[in-house]
Amino acid sequence: MSFPWAKQYTPTTEFGQWMDKQLPLPRFVYNSVGAGYPAPRNLNYMWNFGSMAGLFLVVQIVTGIILAMHYAANATIAFDSVEHIMRDVNSGWMIRYAHANGASFFFIAIYLHIGRGLFYGSYKAPREMLWLLGVVIYLLAMATAFMGYVLPWGQMSFWGAKVITGLFEAIPFIGKPIQELLLGGFAPDNAALNRFFSLHYLLPFVIVGVVIMHIWALHIPGSNNPTGVDVKGPQDTVPFHPYYTAKDGWTIGLALIFFTILMFFLPNALGHADNYIPANPLSTPAHIVPEWYFWPWYAILRAFTFDFLFIPAKLLGVLAMFSAILVWFFLPWLDKSPVRSGSFRPKFKIFFVILVIDVLILGYCGGAPAEEPFVMISQLAAAYYFAHFLIILPLLSRLEKPEPLPTSITESVTGKPLTTAS
Amino acid sequence: MATVETAETAVAEDGGVRRRDFINIAAVSFAGAGAVATVFPLVNQMNPSADVLALASIEVDISAIETGQSIKTSWRKQPIFIRNLTAEEIAEANAVNVSELRDPQTLAERTTAGKENWLITLGVCTHLGCVPLGAAQGEIKGEFGGYFCPCHGSHYDTAARIRKGPAPTNLEVPLHEFLSDTVVKIG
Repeated sequence: MSFPWAKQYTPTTEFGQWMDKQLPLPRFVYNSVGAGYPAPRNLNYMWNFGSMAGLFLVVQIVTGIILAMHYAANATIAFDSVEHIMRDVNSGWMIRYAHANGASFFFIAIYLHIGRGLFYGSYKAPREMLWLLGVVIYLLAMATAFMGYVLPWGQMSFWGAKVITGLFEAIPFIGKPIQELLLGGFAPDNAALNRFFSLHYLLPFVIVGVVIMHIWALHIPGSNNPTGVDVKGPQDTVPFHPYYTAKDGWTIGLALIFFTILMFFLPNALGHADNYIPANPLSTPAHIVPEWYFWPWYAILRAFTFDFLFIPAKLLGVLAMFSAILVWFFLPWLDKSPVRSGSFRPKFKIFFVILVIDVLILGYCGGAPAEEPFVMISQLAAAYYFAHFLIILPLLSRLEKPEPLPTSITESVTGKPLTTAS
Repeated sequence: MATVETAETAVAEDGGVRRRDFINIAAVSFAGAGAVATVFPLVNQMNPSADVLALASIEVDISAIETGQSIKTSWRKQPIFIRNLTAEEIAEANAVNVSELRDPQTLAERTTAGKENWLITLGVCTHLGCVPLGAAQGEIKGEFGGYFCPCHGSHYDTAARIRKGPAPTNLEVPLHEFLSDTVVKIG
């Protein structure tokens, strides 16, 4: 693990030496996020969102454990227990708003982190496993966020649960039994609420486990960097601590400022007013949408309004929605270009910007009502989304002529060629 | 972009303190203060919530309690003993030499003036929190005719003062006030 020039951990105190022999935890920390982990010297701000996502995962776990101390996962009192948290529990309103908005910040960080990986080719060899684990984390986060949104047992919670489990009904022949299995009934009720609570409590710790593997997989080849060029020598790296701990700390401070602004002054800006109405199985809200971080995928789901061959529209939409994320699992093998960084791929750069705009359009349509022109725009944008991954990327990697790469990270930073001081 | 500290910037300009040292200490202290400020509500949420505190006072109708009788009721999810003392019990309590008690208190100090027959105490033994016997009919009242805690054998007298056994203090008298001759407000 790591580069041969990494600083060695040398405990100075007697206790440190004793500890190092018995349980080398300080050594482990030193080598993973301390001075013993050399990271490329040219990392830009896009490399700050991994640690930020980690921070918000911790915020979610801490506030979530606290909320579970006051919440009751029972369909008759769940809604009231959330109001109890908001009105009666000391600082309960703050902790709940931190949890609700913390989810959004986790997804903001994770989307920027994924975008960084897409542009700088962080998914390419030798980091395929790192990327795959990242996609797994994202899928787990989606499941966790969805089940968490059900717990307040408001109108959006109830109908969200009904619609999302309804997706499974689209599976031919066994769809209906699967939906009933997931819900423990014919519509969301106590059984569904209880299992969602149980899993919502469990999955974040599964995410922590996969995050640890994600970081482990990162530390074997080390971080990618904006040039995509491999680290060639000690001149190309700086120790993670204090350089990147300080830099990550700075953006974490900034993120926390925005987080508190949202939490204290606009706590419901990203929520839906309908979720302050208790769940009513007999009345669907007029405009039902998921949380903003699901909008692009929701738009893809709704884009399929027509049957194709023998496949009904409902099944097509569900398949397309899941495929939109599952296609990321194949990304390292779809983009065969040997150049990692988008900075040196003139055509890829353009298509990357178009993809970002395309996803933003999908996101906008996903949040809009299911009517024209949004349905047609979603259809076009969904088609482009898949075309980007399945057609454009494989073709680009064959046809595009990349710009010349710098010979080393140091050269790209200083303008002077790397001189190996041996 | 990361910059490697050079010998030039590392040189102390003034008294060995660099600008970077100041920034470092200021930033870490600020983050530390923020962390402490964050931890406070995260711990404070475990304190009794507003709905629990809202149950903090109750009103009890005592008109049906005959002399010599007592009732158990519940206040803040804890038992309360309300006892209508007989004249003998009052005399017995007043006959005790207060200075010899473990927790010296007179009956008058533990009741409302003019209503000395109404002894209102928490039904929680001050030793380890069991409910003493003696309030309900037929229960053992202990060697001193008041209350007896079966858990570890604490005996309380007719003023619910600790007389024998491990309990450190008398049964607690909650704040109370007679709203009328027949209604008492506890808490």
